[in-house]
Amino acid sequence: MQTPPRLDLSGITKRFPGVLANDQVSFAVRPGEIHALLGENGAGKSTLVKMIYGIMQPDAGEIRWNGQRITIANPKAARKLGIGMVFQHFSLFEAMTVLENIALGMDSKIPARDLEAKIIAVMQQYGLKLEPHRIVSTLSVGERQRIEIVRALLLNPNLLIMDEPTSVLTPQEVEQLFIVLRQLAKEGCSILYISHKLHEIKALCDTATILRGGKLVDTCDPAKETSRSMAEKMIGGSLKDIQRTEGRALGTAKLTVQGLNIAKDGPFGVALKDISFSVKAGEIFGIAGVAGNGQNTLLLALSGETSSTSPDAIQIDGTRVAQLTAKQRRLAGMASVPEERNGHAAVPDFSLSDNAILTARDRMGMVSGGMVNARSARTYAGEVIAAFSVKATGPAAMADSLSGGNLQKFIMGREIMQKPQVLVVSQPTWGVDAGAAAAIHQALVDLAATGSAIVVISQDLDELLSLCDTLAVINEGRLSKPMPVPGANIEEIGLLMGGIHGDPQSSEHNAELAHAS
Amino acid sequence: MRLKLEKRPAPSTFMLIATPIASVLLTMLIGVIVFDAIGIDGQRAVVDIFLTPILASYKWQDVAVKAAPLIIIALGLSIGNRAQIWNIGAEGQYVLGALCAAGVGIAAGPTGGPFTLILMILAGIIGGAAWAAIPALLKTRWDVNEILTSLMLTYVSFQVLGYLVGGPWKDPNGRNFPATAPLPEGLTLPILFPGSTVHLGVAIALILPFVFWLLMSKSVFGFQIRVVGSAPHAARHGGFDAKQTIWMALLIGGGMAGLAGALEFTGSLKAVNLGFPSGYGFTAIIVAFLGRLNPIGCLIAGVVLAITYVGGQVAQTTVHIPNSTAGIFQAMMLFFILASDILIRYRVRFIPNKPANSTEARA
Repeated sequence: MQTPPRLDLSGITKRFPGVLANDQVSFAVRPGEIHALLGENGAGKSTLVKMIYGIMQPDAGEIRWNGQRITIANPKAARKLGIGMVFQHFSLFEAMTVLENIALGMDSKIPARDLEAKIIAVMQQYGLKLEPHRIVSTLSVGERQRIEIVRALLLNPNLLIMDEPTSVLTPQEVEQLFIVLRQLAKEGCSILYISHKLHEIKALCDTATILRGGKLVDTCDPAKETSRSMAEKMIGGSLKDIQRTEGRALGTAKLTVQGLNIAKDGPFGVALKDISFSVKAGEIFGIAGVAGNGQNTLLLALSGETSSTSPDAIQIDGTRVAQLTAKQRRLAGMASVPEERNGHAAVPDFSLSDNAILTARDRMGMVSGGMVNARSARTYAGEVIAAFSVKATGPAAMADSLSGGNLQKFIMGREIMQKPQVLVVSQPTWGVDAGAAAAIHQALVDLAATGSAIVVISQDLDELLSLCDTLAVINEGRLSKPMPVPGANIEEIGLLMGGIHGDPQSSEHNAELAHAS
Repeated sequence: MRLKLEKRPAPSTFMLIATPIASVLLTMLIGVIVFDAIGIDGQRAVVDIFLTPILASYKWQDVAVKAAPLIIIALGLSIGNRAQIWNIGAEGQYVLGALCAAGVGIAAGPTGGPFTLILMILAGIIGGAAWAAIPALLKTRWDVNEILTSLMLTYVSFQVLGYLVGGPWKDPNGRNFPATAPLPEGLTLPILFPGSTVHLGVAIALILPFVFWLLMSKSVFGFQIRVVGSAPHAARHGGFDAKQTIWMALLIGGGMAGLAGALEFTGSLKAVNLGFPSGYGFTAIIVAFLGRLNPIGCLIAGVVLAITYVGGQVAQTTVHIPNSTAGIFQAMMLFFILASDILIRYRVRFIPNKPANSTEARA
């Protein structure tokens, strides 16, 4: 007799007010299988996984575990069954040690010494390097993820759910993670791997289930598919390549950053140390790096939300702007898009029209005599919605009623249609589906073609390699030498991204090098 | 059967308007029950507190005169609250406004005219704003919580009041009561309807809500206040200065309270004594919330709260309950309005229990 699947979903349906998040989804995960769950944002992956982990209950359909029909009442029940989950956003206390963090997450109380022995055993078994007594705030993102993985492995899971695990890792860290996952699968643990990075799925997964709009589109073998064919199933249409005009020449330097130093803001902030680079007219300049290496500080320093001590540090077309306010820099031709959409780039409970006023009011003439011209704001918001095919009911729609990808398209459109001389964007396609990401990339390329200088800060190396003319890596607040993207060495970029992190010795070594130079 | 809160796709306009009304009705209902339970004619008490001031036309002028300071103070506070800046020291700013107006009046002597009166009112605005500038400075410089500083400064203001009216400003012709000399005729606010107590301040309280409405809904400043309150990081991204917003919110709140104090002094009481602080600054917090931080809402809520003030006095003579009963009703209203806030963004759903047709999770 054939062994029943580890996890068997049939006809799972979940309805929220106004949306059908999952519609009759059925698929099965065999023991020891690495199963990808693929889909755009809002396709219903998170909802489905939350039901498997007991955070939500399905409205209809049944879940079978090793052939038996079950109800997973809550995450504790899921863990008892042997279902472990590593979330995209870690739940760790920065000021506590690795050991304390793991102990806090355990359902049963285990004496610290036994727990430490167990942790070390698990780490040795899977080759996970982690020092149990380090304080979490001193760890890199990759190391933090290892804590979550160890936490899940301590339960001897039969099914491990990984939610977008590689979005914050360097290429080398991704390789290490894959080794662990493959070993786990070989030992019989099933893995449900949620991602939208198609080449990773091709490299790692045995099966891929693709969701679109809450419905299951296909269950396929990633080895037999191309990245493109899977992406097209995911978005339900054909994928457009970035259109570039051939043989374009770059102009003179538009944005020049020279010796930019910013002190760190708070105990967990990152200081910027002697950042220098320049971006020419028509150039797209990429800044790669693992999250938390000063990207936020850099964006705030460029956009004018924090002011610099040296007035020469930032220049636009030769104008010194480093001590101007955000509003003055916008008038000088600089636009910016921070990484966080909700509450930073946009106000969630404001209409799109009001969100247009937020950053476009001065450049687009929405203000006269201290009063806001609501009509011109509505018109501009409407133009952005039309030009960037934002799915929204209109300029009066609340920002938080839009999906992440649509809000991001609106925000990008709001800045790009102001025709800025310099545009600085952070994580332009973070959490955005493939269709919207392609549209955003095309808009950036088109803006550069008109002679604007663009800085793209991103953790997604693939994005930077496909988009940028020049690339530099940020690590612990220092920026590497820029390198031209054609012919860039991925191995080298990966080392620059992760080199200093994780290993205190090499960190000191690099710091010495930096001081010596 | 269990209750579940579900986020609405968009905030409910119906609930935005219905919840303040429901809060007033619930307050009346609970009032009837509680008073009946302690052996007082509850229905009579509630009718006297909430309805007599509306039905008896001779009470209307009292309602108007009491509503004016409540509305003016609440307008200023609602701006701060919109920006998530919590000035709860309006009572002190109100006292300082009256004292500054009195100071100008005393300095001008008994011969002053309309020009002096205008100066007194301006001094009231500046005095209230200056008193609120202290929490603003402490907050922007050292990040001191404005809730504590503004409240504590209220008690300081009472001491300043006690010192001035009992000392340097005491009426030399009075009977040694701690009070300033009554204002001369030329320095009191004009009366709008001859024979009534309705003074110019009431007209100002009727006009200001529309000015504030225009400011909040149409101006860049109003936009700034709304963004800072709703998403401070987005405000910074949009180029709005957080410190400037704190200053403006507190100065406007203090200035309005000071204006109310000056108008109350020159229009109604005509002298400042130890009993001058009557709780308007605190009640105005309820007015601001009951009016949903909307200027026009503040106008309506100010009238409702004024009714309970006047009605409390009526009930005192008819059913012999203490005047402070009105305070209990006001507090109940604030309680219900804050508790029902959640219904604007969430809806309540009743979920019947699922029949137990599947086994529980087994390990």
